[in-house]
Amino acid sequence: MFKKIFGLATAMLVIFMANVTGAAENTAPPVGRPLPEMELLLPNNSGELKYLGLRSSGKTFQISQIKARIVILQIYSMYCPYCQAEAPNVNRLSGLIENNPALKDQVKIIGIGAGNTAFEVGTYKRKYAVAFPLIPDEDFKIHKIMGEVRTPYFIAVKITGGHTEVIYSRLGALENIDLFLAGLVRSAGLK
Amino acid sequence: MKKTAILLALVVCFFACSAYAASDAFKNNIYNPGELQPIDSVLKVKVGQIAPDFTLKSISGKTVSLQDFRDRKNVVVSFVPAAWTPVCSDQWPGYNIIADIFTSNDSVLLGITVDNIPTLFSWTNQMGKLWFEVLSDFWPHGTVAASFGVLRSDGTAERALFVIDKKGLIRYIDIHNINQRPRLEDLVRELEKLNK
Repeated sequence: MFKKIFGLATAMLVIFMANVTGAAENTAPPVGRPLPEMELLLPNNSGELKYLGLRSSGKTFQISQIKARIVILQIYSMYCPYCQAEAPNVNRLSGLIENNPALKDQVKIIGIGAGNTAFEVGTYKRKYAVAFPLIPDEDFKIHKIMGEVRTPYFIAVKITGGHTEVIYSRLGALENIDLFLAGLVRSAGLK
Repeated sequence: MKKTAILLALVVCFFACSAYAASDAFKNNIYNPGELQPIDSVLKVKVGQIAPDFTLKSISGKTVSLQDFRDRKNVVVSFVPAAWTPVCSDQWPGYNIIADIFTSNDSVLLGITVDNIPTLFSWTNQMGKLWFEVLSDFWPHGTVAASFGVLRSDGTAERALFVIDKKGLIRYIDIHNINQRPRLEDLVRELEKLNK
């Protein structure tokens, strides 16, 4: 009898803790705060590893390990119409950065496919000829940490000495990418 | 301890299954019914059988019959439970960017729900222009869903995929957990099998 009560009490506690944790995580990372820690699946192709300045060892990586001053995170889904419509604009942003010698090694972009499998991420990448890495988040683990935001959602992070600081966090399309990029450069103190 | 294990499993399942990424395309207009019974119907067909024929109206104004595709195209029938619900709104927009995969496998897609045409029209408008037909199984309510055995007890349909070949034979059935989206690769694999 005691065992049964103990078991049920344990389960209730787990439910309570899970709800508390869920509530705590249920907001998007705010500007001015560190990005919550998260383990992203390491890309399995050398081009993407080189782009991010990551080593091929291990299965996961953290945003703070990316060799850049600014990392732009696009939380998207292959199944999201607005993300599909925004894909060409994000590609233009990527081109703008890659074609600017002053920004090329300082600013990187990654997409996080909320609820998307590796196959689905690959399908989206091929469809829109996305040049930057797209990371699958099949079990919504990263999406939950990011506050279960609607998509597309953009977060920009400044990295200094292995520490992250969110400098942009907003729902919806980027619209004017020149202004967006200029704002990030200014916020991060890049020249 | 058995009860504890079951409860723990339910907790884990709840938090793993209830996740979805709502596109901003739908703003705050998606109604979340919460976690539902994964499957709530009894399938009436099986792989290898001729699929039940149906004729339904599309939001495009056409009347579409399964028979129309006999000897011409393979058909994927995608039942989704209801318009303006979370996972459903995150399923067809993905199919909308892979018309090439359907075409290269000599297949068409027919999307079916038990909603009426005006509701389907408004809902699918948020997805952009769809390349496939969206059919209404509204009246007599859910007749086609019932003929396949995918009409749930609350009048919605299961989240179900049927791959039907050019001879009308059912080649693949996925009555999916209503709370989760089917993985795209599983459907693509079945489409590719049709050519072998």
